[in-house]
Amino acid sequence: MTDLTDPTPGTTRLLLGNEAIVRGALEAGVDIATTYPGTPATEIADTFSAIAKAKLKAGQDPGFYMEYAVNEKVALEIAAAGSFAGLRALTSMKHVGLNVASDTFMTYMYVGCRGGHLIVSADDPYCHSSQNEQDNRYYALFAGAPMLEPATPQEAKDMAKAGIELSEQLKLPVLMRTTTRLNHARGPVVYGPLTPPRRKGTFVKDPMLVTVPATARAKHPELLKTLEKAEQIAETSPFNSILTIGTPSDIGIIASGVSVAYVKELAMDLKLNTRILKLGMTNPLPRKLCADFLKAHKTILVVEELEPILENQLKTIAYDHHLPVTILGKSTGHFTRLYEYTPDIVTNALCKTFNIKNPYPTPKTSSLPLPSRPPSLCPGCPHRATYYAVKKIAPKDTIYPTDIGCYTLGKAKPLEMADVLLCMGSNAGTACGFAVATDQKIISFMGDSTFFHSGIPPIIDAVHHQHNVVITILDNRTTAMTGHQPHPGTDTDGMGRKATKINVEDVVKGLGVTDIHVVDPNNIKATSDEFAKALAFKGPSVVVSKSPCILLELARKRKAQESVNIYAIDQSVCKRCKTCIGRFGCPALYFAEDDSVHIDPTQCNGCGNCVQVCPFKAIHQEAKT
Amino acid sequence: MNKKISIVLTGVGGQGVITAAKMLGDAAVKAGVPVFVSEIHGMAQRGGDVVCTVRLGAIESPMLLLGTADALVSTEPVEALRNVMYVHTKTKLVTDTNPTIPFTVAAGGEPYPKLEIILKELASFALVYPVDAVGLAKQAGAVITKNIVLLGALSAVDVLPFSQDVLLQAILDDVPQKYQDINKRAFEAGRQAVLKKK
Repeated sequence: MTDLTDPTPGTTRLLLGNEAIVRGALEAGVDIATTYPGTPATEIADTFSAIAKAKLKAGQDPGFYMEYAVNEKVALEIAAAGSFAGLRALTSMKHVGLNVASDTFMTYMYVGCRGGHLIVSADDPYCHSSQNEQDNRYYALFAGAPMLEPATPQEAKDMAKAGIELSEQLKLPVLMRTTTRLNHARGPVVYGPLTPPRRKGTFVKDPMLVTVPATARAKHPELLKTLEKAEQIAETSPFNSILTIGTPSDIGIIASGVSVAYVKELAMDLKLNTRILKLGMTNPLPRKLCADFLKAHKTILVVEELEPILENQLKTIAYDHHLPVTILGKSTGHFTRLYEYTPDIVTNALCKTFNIKNPYPTPKTSSLPLPSRPPSLCPGCPHRATYYAVKKIAPKDTIYPTDIGCYTLGKAKPLEMADVLLCMGSNAGTACGFAVATDQKIISFMGDSTFFHSGIPPIIDAVHHQHNVVITILDNRTTAMTGHQPHPGTDTDGMGRKATKINVEDVVKGLGVTDIHVVDPNNIKATSDEFAKALAFKGPSVVVSKSPCILLELARKRKAQESVNIYAIDQSVCKRCKTCIGRFGCPALYFAEDDSVHIDPTQCNGCGNCVQVCPFKAIHQEAKT
Repeated sequence: MNKKISIVLTGVGGQGVITAAKMLGDAAVKAGVPVFVSEIHGMAQRGGDVVCTVRLGAIESPMLLLGTADALVSTEPVEALRNVMYVHTKTKLVTDTNPTIPFTVAAGGEPYPKLEIILKELASFALVYPVDAVGLAKQAGAVITKNIVLLGALSAVDVLPFSQDVLLQAILDDVPQKYQDINKRAFEAGRQAVLKKK
C-alpha cells in the first residue's frame, strides 16, 4: 500500500481518489472515521483500516479511531457525537447509504457540528455496482449542507482537508459528493503537512442540541443564516475558478465534478475560444460569481452528470437578474440525465454548441457475436449450494425476495433465485408483504452483514404478525461483496482489535422466532430437508445457512498451508446429463468441443459440492494442490 | 511532454488488469510523466469484465475518446475484441491468446468464437501482438504473472514515454522480495515475445 502517513510535505504519490480523501483527512488531523462499506466509497474506510492495523501492529498510535459501523445511519451518528465532543470526523458511504443515514443527516444540519465533520457520498452514475444512479447533490440542497465536488484526486485531497476545516468554521457538516470516476481514478497527489489529531474531546452540554420542536424552530433560521455565510465563502473559494481556453467568446461553459476534466481537455483539443467556470463548491451556489459569468456570455453550456441541478439554479439566477442568456444543457437535449458522461458525449455537445464538425472518426465495433461476461458467484461459493438445495424442494412458483450482496448474483442462469430487490434489508420486508398478498410460498435471502445492517426490523414484523415466510440468512461470516470487511458477526474490528462476535441465530431467537434451522449448505441433502421443514411450518421460519466465504476459506487454508482438493469428472462414467452445468452452474465447469464436461483445475476452489450434485457419481477428488 | 498517450487495459476480474494499470501509473510518476489512471472495481471482482485506462502526457482527464488508444492490452482475447471501439488501425494491440471462457457459454449456450477467428477479426482493427502470456508466465514460475508478461510485451511496442527499466522497477517495487525474480523473468519473456517477431 502507498504510504499515506508520510509527514514530508511536497511528496508526490499516485493515489486513488479514495486514498487521496484519506490523506486530506489526515492532513486535517481527523480523529474519527466511520463507514458502512459500499462501492465506490469502500477504499476510503479500507485505507483507514489498513493504516490503523499497521500502526497498532507496530505498537504505534494510529492517531484516529476507525469503525465499520453496523449501517450508515449509525456510522454518521458515531461521528456526529465525536464532532459534538469537539473532534474532527469523516463519514464515508455510497450514495444509497445516505438514504439510510438521511434521517440523521437532515436534522444534523439544524443542530450543526462542533469539530469539523466531512460526509463523503460516493455516487455511481451508470450503476457500475449499484441498484440506482440517484444524484445525491439533491441531499445537499434538501438538507442545507455545504457541498464540495472534486474533479481530480489532487483536488479530492485538498477538498477533504478544506472541507473539514470549512465544516468547523461554519459549525455545519460538509458533504463531499464524488462519483465512481473520481473514487476509482488514480492521479499524482502532492502531500501537504499533517495536522496532529486531538484524540479525545469533551462534551459541553447545550440544550440547543436537543431538537424538540421549539429548538428546531429556532435552529432552522440559524441554518439559513449559516448558508448565507457559506455562500459568501463560495464566492471566493479557490475551488470555484474561471479558466480561459483560446480567447474568450460569447459562449461560456459551466461544469462541475469529473466533467470539468473532460471539458478542459476537449476544449483545448477542439481549439475552442471560450471560458470555463469550474465549480467545485457547488452548494450554496455562489450566485454573484455565476451571475457575472452569465452576464458576460450570450450562451452557456452546462456540463454536469445526472440531474440538472446546476442548470436549474443557473436559470433561476438568470431570471432573477433579467439576463438574456441562453442556457444549454439537459432541457435543450445537449446532454442526457442518464449514466456517466464520456469524452465522446461531451465532444458531441461541444461541437453542437460551438457549431463545429466533430473531427473524430466514428469508432467501430466488431460484428462477431461475443459471449457476455457478467459477474457470477465464485466457484465453491456456499450460496450456490444453498440456492441449489432450496430449488430442489421448493414449489415452482415460490417467490424469492433477495438483497444487496454477492447472493444477488443468484439472479443469473441457471439458478435464477432472485425475484425482487429494492435495497439493503428489503428481502424480509417484501417477503412479509408477499405473504399477505399471495398464497405462494416465500423464501427470502440476505447476507449476514445485511442482516445486521437492516434485516432485523422486518423479522420482528414477521414474528409480531406471524407472516408465513421463510427468511434465509446466508451467513458467510464477512461482508464479502465489498472486499471482506468485518461486521458484528466477526471477532475482530476494522482496526484489527478483538471484537465481540454476535451469532445470527442468537439474535433471531431473541426476536421471538421459534422455527429456526441452522444448516451447513455444503451438505445439500440435509439443507434441502431443513428448508422443507421450514416451508411446512405455519408462521415465520428462519434458516441460517452457515459456511464461510470460499475466498476467506482459501486464504485461511493457504496461510495454514493446508491443501485444497481439486475435483475432476470421470469421462467413462459421465452421462452428459448436464445437471452440474445446467442446474448447479459452477463456473469452473465447462463443455469441451466434443460436448464432454470438464472441471477447469485453475478455477476449481475445491468445495466438492458438485460430487453431491452429480446423479451418476462421475465426479471425484482428483489431486491436492 | 506535449503529446498525449492513451492505453486501455482490459480482461477478466482477477487477472491483474487493475494491478497492471496501477504499475503503469507508478512508472509514470517515477519518470515524471503526468498521468491519470481510471479503474472500475466492484462487481468486476466476481469474474466480470474489467476495463482500465492509463493516460500519459498532456492530458486532463482519465478517460479517452473512443478510437484514440495508442495501445490496448488485454489479458483475454474476447475482451480485446469487446473493446475495439477504443482502437484505430495504428493502435498496438497486445493480447493474451488464452481464452477464459465465461460461464454464460456453458450455462447459457452463448458462443465463444475460435481463437483464429478472434485474432483475424482483431487484425482488421489494429496492429495485433498475440502473446501466450499464460505459457510464458508458467515458464517464468507463476501463472499469476501473466499481467507482467503483457506489461513486458507492451514495453516493446514503442508506445510508452519511459524506458522498460522504469516500468520494471515500478513492478518490482510492488511485489514481495521472494517473487522479484519470477516477475523479472515474466517481464523479459513478454518483451522478447514481441521483439522476436519484429
